Order: sequence, then structure tokens, then C-alpha cells
Amino acid sequence: MPAPAVEGFFTTDPEPALLGTRCSDCGTYHFPAETFFCRNPACSGTTLEQVTLSSRGTVWSWTMNRYAAPPPFPQTEAFEPYGVAAVELAEERMIVLGMLTGDFETLKIGDEVELLVEPHVDGETLIWKWKPVA
Amino acid sequence: MSKDVAVLGAGMHPWGKWGRNFVEYGVHAARAALADAGVDWQDVQFIAGGETVRNGYAGYVAGSSIAQALGWSGARVATAYAACASGASAIDIARARILAGLCDVALVVGADTTPKGFLAPSGGTRTQDPDWLRFFLLGATNPTYFAFYARRRMELYGSTEKDWAAVKIKNARHGLSNPNARYRKEVTEEEILASAMVSEPLRLLNICTTSDGGAAVLLTSLEYARKKGISDPVKVSAVSTVTPRFPKTVIDLPDIATDSAAAAAPPELTFRDSIAAAAYEEADLGPEDLDLAEVYDLSTALELDWYENIGLCKEGEAERLIRDGDTTLGGRIPVNPSGGLACFGEAVPAQAIAQVCEVTWQLQGRAQGRQVEDANVGLTINQGLFGHGSSVILTK
Ligand SMILES: [Zn+2]
Repeated sequence: MPAPAVEGFFTTDPEPALLGTRCSDCGTYHFPAETFFCRNPACSGTTLEQVTLSSRGTVWSWTMNRYAAPPPFPQTEAFEPYGVAAVELAEERMIVLGMLTGDFETLKIGDEVELLVEPHVDGETLIWKWKPVA
Repeated sequence: MSKDVAVLGAGMHPWGKWGRNFVEYGVHAARAALADAGVDWQDVQFIAGGETVRNGYAGYVAGSSIAQALGWSGARVATAYAACASGASAIDIARARILAGLCDVALVVGADTTPKGFLAPSGGTRTQDPDWLRFFLLGATNPTYFAFYARRRMELYGSTEKDWAAVKIKNARHGLSNPNARYRKEVTEEEILASAMVSEPLRLLNICTTSDGGAAVLLTSLEYARKKGISDPVKVSAVSTVTPRFPKTVIDLPDIATDSAAAAAPPELTFRDSIAAAAYEEADLGPEDLDLAEVYDLSTALELDWYENIGLCKEGEAERLIRDGDTTLGGRIPVNPSGGLACFGEAVPAQAIAQVCEVTWQLQGRAQGRQVEDANVGLTINQGLFGHGSSVILTK
């Protein structure tokens, strides 16, 4: 099986999850993980625990890209248009991007999506993706 | 103490895809601004450059690269980097030195030579650099983010492709007779709606290109201007270079996630709203005082967002402004009389300075073929990657 495209961003369990951190002092979440400081200006906390983020969220917006992105996006011989979504996580109160998978072409703002881990566009590595909840 | 400084000169190198060294554009623009002001380069006490990251070391030290090309003169020098806000940062540094009494005459220059196609991150593998990560993991190009905002306007406020086409048609007309614009050609709704889909729902003609270009302004103390016999110069009355406030809850490029609002409530104003608010506060003016605005139309739909961010209308009402012609030349509050990025394409470190050049010429009544009548107050606005506000208010 391919390895994750980046270390420490997500798990590859049967029920995968994004890996972030949570400030022990104020409860602010961070993704990608902050390990040294909390971004809340009212907090000087430096204890940041690793946590998994909610694996379901709602669509804030999304797009279908019909042109290949330049490197470092993996370049493939036959380009396939790809979707990218901005997804709101209720508990963490944050938006996290991800590529889209599944039947997403009729997605609306507010629709529910869930996290999956799938091969990247070139099949060489694994990345997280958002998939509409049927 | 007055917080104003005078804009004695403005100059540009025409935008295009010339493929020459960025320093040439910078020198051309600088000499034009100096000639416009009637000031000799060797009388300039401070030069600030906007950094370009695409032109090697000379671009990282743009201020001194351009100073060397103009001829070493012993002037103080600085280079500012704030992505699309670099020009405003350079203006802010120059203004601060003048207001602090450290100098009377400052030259601000930005110039860029851009590659073809999407702006891409520099090479290497950098898993801690969000700009690298967003391309590597997500293929999240700049238009990806513009598309997010456009789709929200569509679903939340009923924005249509025709509204966005109207923005493009307006800006194309505004730029027709602007000698510094790269594209000087009318465009029809049919052409726009038939152009290739790039990032749904945005088509090619909704998205600005990248360009080569250079822009410069010569800033002085009001006293220096008076001594030169100019008692009523165009003045910089505010420069807003604010950062966002935590938690920033709108996704901005190059981020792959926003701040979390789990522990702290989001601020009252969004980041883009706060950029304009800080400029208005500093100038002690409001949106009702504006006669024109130059906003960063990276996409046509984004121009509509800016109408709301700078207070021309309430959230969700920008479509009405474009439909009613309010922001067209001759309308209530013309936006992008220069033709905007639609006619220029983006030359990153020069663009915020180019906006200031346009407003300066408008307030001087010298914007031939695109003049806003009785222009006394103008605002420029844009936003740089990684949390850089950029707004300048100019008054007469
Ligand atoms: Zn904290």
C-alpha cells in the first residue's frame, strides 16, 4: 500500500481521521498540527496534545478544477479534472480543505461530507479526501 | 501633527508580457515618477522596493537592485515583502520615515517579471510551507480559492455568471484608453460565457492573468511639497497594513485550514472588512466619502466581495451595484477606473503601487479617457498571502 503523502497529517486506520493538536490551556484546535505554540493571542499555552479531528463536516464551498495544477501537484499523463472542497467542522469550528471523491458534482453549501483516505492523483501516495454522505 | 504625506510623482512601465529583467521596469517607472515630481534621483533620501520572489537574489533585494540601476547615491534603502501587499508595505515604510522626520523625499518602486500560467511555489520539498503543501496535497491553485468565494456568492446571494461578466465588461471598457494597461479591448458577455471553465464556477475570462510591469511613487513631506510650490498635492492619508485578528474563519490562500473558533469568538469584522476599516479610521473618513476605489479583482466575482468589504453596500447586495451601473464610470462610485487587474494582469510587487498611481492621477484630474468627475477621495485595497492587509486612502 502507498504511504501517506505527508507524515503526521492523518491516520490510515479503517476509519481514518485528520491529525491536529488541541491547546490544553484554551482548547483551540490546530490543523496542520502546531506543536510549539497556541495561535490564540489570549493564550500563552505551549502544551498541545495530538487529537483526531471530526471525520464529518459540512461544505463551506467547493470547486472542480479543469486545468492541471503546476508541480509540486503530481503530474499525470492523462489529466482528470479534480474537485477541492472547503469543509466546516462543527466541534473544532474551523474549515479544512481536501480533495473531493465520490459523486460530488451536485454538492451544495451545507451538504454533509465524510473523510476518506485514498490514493493521490498519481497513485503514488495516500491523501485525505472528502466524500458526500449518501 | 498631520499624518499626511504628499504624492509628488507617479509613474509606471506599461503592463505586458515583455520578458525583460524586472529592474528595467522598475527603473522606467522610477524615472517616470521622478520626472512627474520634478525631483532629481540624487535628491531622494530613501528608496523602498517591493520584493519579487521570482527573479532570484536581485528580486529579494529589489530596493537596492533598483537603486544600483538608478546609480548608487547613498540613499537609505529597504525592501518589503508582503506578497500582493508588498507595494503597500513599501509605501508604509516610506511614509513612516517621512512622518518621523527622518527624511523628506522617498521613492517607492515595485516591478515584476512573471512566468506563464498559474503562479506556482518555488521548487524543493517543504512540508512545513503551506504554500507548497496546498499545491502538493490539494492542487489548490489560486483560482481554487477564488472559486470558493464565487460559489458562495452564487448560492448565498444569487450572484450569476452574468453579473461576473458585467464586471469584466465594465473593467475592459474602463481600461480601453489606459496607456499602461496590458489588455485594451472590449469583451462581450458571449465571449466571457464561452471561455474555458477553469475552476468552477469561474471561467478563464473571470480570472486575472499574471503580467510584467513596474510602478513607482515619489512621496515627500507636505513641507517639502510646499517649498516646491505645490500647496495642494494629492496626499496619502492612510495606509492599512493590518494582520487578521484571531480566529480568522474565512479560508484564504495559501491556507489548508482556517483558525479554530472553538475557544475564542470570531472577530466582528472579517479580515477583508478589517483592512478597509483600519484605513477609514486612520483617515477619519468613511465609505460615503469615497469618489472612487481601486480594488483587487483577482476574479470578477471577488470584485463584488470587495464592494461589501469596503462598505459600498451591505453584505449580499453587491450584485445590485453592478447591475445598476453604480460602479461604472459616470455611476455613483466608480470602481477600477484604471481597468483593474482585468486589464492589467497581476505584477505582484508593483500592483498595489499601480493602484496608488491610478488614484493619484484621478485626484489630479489627469486620468485621460477614464476620469472620474470631481474626484477628491480614493481608496485602494488588496490582500496579500499569509495575512497582509493593503489599503491606501488618498485625498486632495
Ligand atoms: Zn491556547
